[in-house]
Amino acid sequence: MNWALRKSLWVYHVNTGACNNCDIEVLELLTPKYDIERFGMILVGTPRHADVLAVTGACTRQAQPKLQEVYRQTPKPCVVMAIGSCAGAQGIFTEAYHMGAGVDTAIRAVDPNAIIAYVPGCPPKPEAMIAAAVKAMELIKTL
Amino acid sequence: MGVFTIIATYIAAAIGTLVIGLAFKWFDRKVTAMVQWRKGPPWYQPVADVLKLLYKETLLPSTARRTGFLFAPAVGLAATALAAAILWSALLRPESGFVGDIIVIVYLLMLPPIMTIFGAIASGSPHAAVGASREMKLILSYELPLILALLVGVIHSGWSLQPWRSAAGVTPLYSISGVIAMLVAIVAMQAKLGQVPFDAAEAECEIMSGVYVEYSGTPLAIIYLGRAMLLAVMPLLLITVLWGGLVATPLGIAAFIGKYVLLVVLVTLIRNTNPRLRIDQAMKFFWMGVAPLGIAAVVLAVLGANWAIKWL
Ligand code: SF4
Repeated sequence: MNWALRKSLWVYHVNTGACNNCDIEVLELLTPKYDIERFGMILVGTPRHADVLAVTGACTRQAQPKLQEVYRQTPKPCVVMAIGSCAGAQGIFTEAYHMGAGVDTAIRAVDPNAIIAYVPGCPPKPEAMIAAAVKAMELIKTL
Repeated sequence: MGVFTIIATYIAAAIGTLVIGLAFKWFDRKVTAMVQWRKGPPWYQPVADVLKLLYKETLLPSTARRTGFLFAPAVGLAATALAAAILWSALLRPESGFVGDIIVIVYLLMLPPIMTIFGAIASGSPHAAVGASREMKLILSYELPLILALLVGVIHSGWSLQPWRSAAGVTPLYSISGVIAMLVAIVAMQAKLGQVPFDAAEAECEIMSGVYVEYSGTPLAIIYLGRAMLLAVMPLLLITVLWGGLVATPLGIAAFIGKYVLLVVLVTLIRNTNPRLRIDQAMKFFWMGVAPLGIAAVVLAVLGANWAIKWL
């Protein structure tokens, strides 16, 4: 069964206050050059269909409860990919007045055992995201 | 036929159609990828998708009416499987006893979309409600042209409600009305399958997969299977009624497979080369454009049948 999950990761893209640059890089994954459908990954329209939450952005105070709600609505097992320096450690926005707790802290507050893959970069290259997805698959193997 | 035979036929046809449907699902995605100059998913992709969905958690929205929400996909799947069983037994053993006629098939194929609406409304989500209302309008628009197109097949077989029986030697497609009916039926098939340009009910980026928004885990897997099956059943219906069915010779079987694949490729290509229509545009398209064409085809077919003009 882990095999099926590894071979068919459906991705839902959550923006928690990104500058839109990371989002464009996420869309890049669908283009002919990178084509993540090779690995069975597709973008889906609702968290209830998703196995991977591709979170971009620094997780603002406004976005934090929504991110947690989205995580609750995602059927488990699921993987969170924190894409970009913002999602990883709030990047250049650390200590800004409007910041929430940060993506990983916000999600750990809901589920302490959540699987979180960090993809550093501002914005990260699509290759880096694919590498993170592969690492997440390796992690799923051990579930 | 004994009860046991009937049940065995039903199960065999359901499983067979399921396999074909999943294969077509992959084929559809592969052709899409080729159109977009990508590599596309591996051949086992639909199987992996279904297994994964079966294994995942099933979430129930707090606003949902649980029974309706969970049963609707299963009823839709069962109805599709029954339609598939009738069609296959009509194709493979046209002379066997009662296998149901075209009215039963039209009725059964009406059920999956209605069950989609039912489940969507039972989920209590506003996105699903928008999707459900669109799906309803879509049914109202494409169902009449589809029935008109099938009626042409019925007329060509001499007003038989089991056109595959008396159709020996008559292929409605090889006549003017048949060609028009086929075009109408292909467009209606596209809408029935919920493919672009008629996928307003599940518009992904707009209302978040619309009618399916609240489904996850096992029910979503059942929906996936049902849609795969429908992808296998609709071309089968068109071939059976309008395009000569299955002739049990090596050449006939090859031709049958060719027609089958051709229709599926057509669905894929239409979906890849068109933008999504707004629901009012879709309705206008069906009521003002496709339905009159269907009526014209029926009139031509009746004239042809009355004066025994083969090519009309
Ligand atoms: S990591 Fe960089 S590119 Fe990505 S959202 Fe933050 S600032 Fe923008």
